Amino acid sequence: MDPFLLEALVNGILLGGVFALPVLGLNLVFGVVDVVWLCYAELVMVGMYAVWFFYSQMGWPLPLAFAVCIGLVAVLGVLLHLLVVRPLLTQPPINQVLATGGVLFVLQGVATLIFSTEFRALGVDMPPMEVGEVFVSGTKLAAFCAALLGAGALWAFLKFTYVGTAIRAIARDREVMPLMGVDPQRIYLIASAIGGALAGLAACLLIVQLDVHPFVGLSFGPITFMICVMGGLGNMLGGFLAAFLMGLIISVGGFWGTTELSYVVAFAFFIVVMFIRPQGLFAR
Amino acid sequence: MTAPLTAGLLLVALAAVPLLGPPDYLMHVLITVLLTALAGTGWAMMGRYGLVSFGHGAFLGIAAYTMALLWNEAGLTPWLGIPIGMGVAVLAGMLLAYPAFKLRVVGHYFALVTLAAGEIVRILIVAMREHTGGSLGLTPAKPPPGAGWLAMQFDKTGFWYIALIAWALGLVCWFLLDRSMSSRALAAISEDEDAAASIGIRVTSEKMKVTVISVALAALAGALTAQYRQYLNPESLAGLGISLQIVFGAIAGGMYAPIGPTIGAAITIGLEEGLRIFFGTELTGAAPLVYGLLLVMFMLFMPRGIAGLFERRAQRRATPAPAATE
Amino acid sequence: MEQASLSIDAVHAGYGDFQALFGVSLRVDPGEAVGVVGPNGAGKTTLLRVISGLIRPRSGNVRFAGQDLAKVPAHTLPALGIAHVPENRRLFPHLTVEENLRVGAFTAAARPHFEARRDHVYTLFPRMKERRHQLAGTMSGGEQQMCAIGRALMSGPKILLLDEPSAGLAPLVVQQVFDLVRRIRQEGLTVLIVEQNVAQVLRVVDRAYVLETGRVAAEGASAALAADPVIRRSYLGGH
Repeated sequence: MDPFLLEALVNGILLGGVFALPVLGLNLVFGVVDVVWLCYAELVMVGMYAVWFFYSQMGWPLPLAFAVCIGLVAVLGVLLHLLVVRPLLTQPPINQVLATGGVLFVLQGVATLIFSTEFRALGVDMPPMEVGEVFVSGTKLAAFCAALLGAGALWAFLKFTYVGTAIRAIARDREVMPLMGVDPQRIYLIASAIGGALAGLAACLLIVQLDVHPFVGLSFGPITFMICVMGGLGNMLGGFLAAFLMGLIISVGGFWGTTELSYVVAFAFFIVVMFIRPQGLFAR
Repeated sequence: MTAPLTAGLLLVALAAVPLLGPPDYLMHVLITVLLTALAGTGWAMMGRYGLVSFGHGAFLGIAAYTMALLWNEAGLTPWLGIPIGMGVAVLAGMLLAYPAFKLRVVGHYFALVTLAAGEIVRILIVAMREHTGGSLGLTPAKPPPGAGWLAMQFDKTGFWYIALIAWALGLVCWFLLDRSMSSRALAAISEDEDAAASIGIRVTSEKMKVTVISVALAALAGALTAQYRQYLNPESLAGLGISLQIVFGAIAGGMYAPIGPTIGAAITIGLEEGLRIFFGTELTGAAPLVYGLLLVMFMLFMPRGIAGLFERRAQRRATPAPAATE
Repeated sequence: MEQASLSIDAVHAGYGDFQALFGVSLRVDPGEAVGVVGPNGAGKTTLLRVISGLIRPRSGNVRFAGQDLAKVPAHTLPALGIAHVPENRRLFPHLTVEENLRVGAFTAAARPHFEARRDHVYTLFPRMKERRHQLAGTMSGGEQQMCAIGRALMSGPKILLLDEPSAGLAPLVVQQVFDLVRRIRQEGLTVLIVEQNVAQVLRVVDRAYVLETGRVAAEGASAALAADPVIRRSYLGGH
């Protein structure tokens, strides 16, 4: 096989790993609370700034900056739920989406005020690794592994704990949950916190490969939503697979054409999928 | 028939504005408000029937770039370029909307499909940088001396009239639609698509009709904005950011009243300009921040927008309007 | 055994403009099995939903174990000892049998007993043990009903509310479900069972109430009701 194509395939899988975390977070929140957080990518942006600030400006060790970032964005997720989403739970979905769209502007505005529109880089890099004939960026590989670990931890939580099982149950049947002794409002809060924490983890993995600026969310936010919908909103496994599919389309598309055109292909693919299988590619 | 009368008087009053000799800056703000209002009016034509598009920015961009490229590369006057650009935008809108409606892509899914389409247009504009200048933007070529008219390049007063006519056209479309059977059909569709279909409403074709009008108005607004600014760039004419701003303006003003999107445009532009005047350019971040807060507040406390406050009183006597909470 | 007595006093309840219950009063003593029978739309399901807090009565009150349930949130009732097997079972079809049981043991008080109770449920319904890793939605109606009852038992209830356990099941399976209810009773659990299948339920319960258009039309010991000519004519197809 053409080593460059092989490299594109490998990079596509690595890219899919990066997409996977925010997709899982969005799907979790949507599946449980039934609200799309339009500002999800901006939560990731806030997390990226947090890591940059604590590591580059305050001189904290990187693992500590990562941990604080994850905790901070988890708290943001909880606040978002309490202040914006919960009061709108009985409103039509589009009002909820628009309100979280308002939060998108707020977060962009706050970031601009505090950090200006300048691009900030972490300046951490790991040497590339040669696997067979293919060069793989060490940073991307590490981020990929961390993303898989995060996804695995989420899976174990959902599979083996009481709260995780309740989260999977509530996605199907909200009304019956009180009969199980489950307070749906509490589950919503927990899901929002986990959704936020996943955005925080995604931020840690993105800041090592991408400069942060207030509008960075617009560069990966739209595709994250599309992957979610493609996998079937609320369908965690579907979203996870779709993330890799999109990663491959973009990376291999970039191998044959330009990166921009590969995004066009990916978005067009999304629209076609919506037309053919609106319930998602991997719906059962 | 008081509404057309009021509207006529308002129009005459607005047409007289340049006669008062307002400062250039004020004219600039007013023109921007009218053009933004036109885009918002176009969006709200769909939005108020539950067809929430997050990709309307794309139609601004398609029309604006078509017009500018025809002028720069083929020397075709914007007077023809604008209708052609609108035609291309409407065609693109129909290509997207027809399968979406036919295959019943609704709600969240419709919003996200339109979002994807908007992104495609933005990226295509950037990718065709040899013609469009990519993300650096594009400036329409200067016309030969004495041909400013042909290039549709006017002073502020000239543009005020163009913007005013375009804005009025948007409102006329709104009134005509309101008086047609389509309005009722669309209201029925937005409440319950199956029920509407079962009483013989042709769901897809009604939705297509309103989409064509909506896209055409947004496209006109995009082309005129580009022509007025004499500058085009992908961020301000396509993509999620501008699309959300259009949505925000229409929602804040109120998308169920004809004047709502105009109120919304006055708020957003006024906000932006006010913040710039009071806080200077280093606080540019404050504008989206305040927008965003307002958008959240509107959703929490006033989902029918500012115009909704007036409308409630007027409608108490008449039949209840399709509520935003349905 | 005062702790497991349920009493409902003059309850009016409904949904929006629709009123389903008009001053219903009812009592279930500890260790008793009580039936509520009546035609479709009589308000039987509403009655159970009022007891488990899913809807609030407009007036009247519901007391369990001496406590007024009016101000208690619905999700705290399982911890008080009320378990409700809802109409149509409402299993989580995409979870396995064992995961359904795990959701049933969600309350803090129930979690330490998960394994013991699960094993107990498996001895009551050996079929559940065979299918414990199967998705609940793929089982037959009767198996799903047993799983739903098992899920309710996981919270360690004092009283079990059963809503139409025989609905949609084949006659032979109905027989099995009622056999199970009888065995659960014998373990000392208090049972309130709502049914349209009057003949079957009167063989399981000690007493029963007849509910018609939201009012208690008759009540009494099962044997007396089964012998009542009016009841026989209306519900038992006798003459």
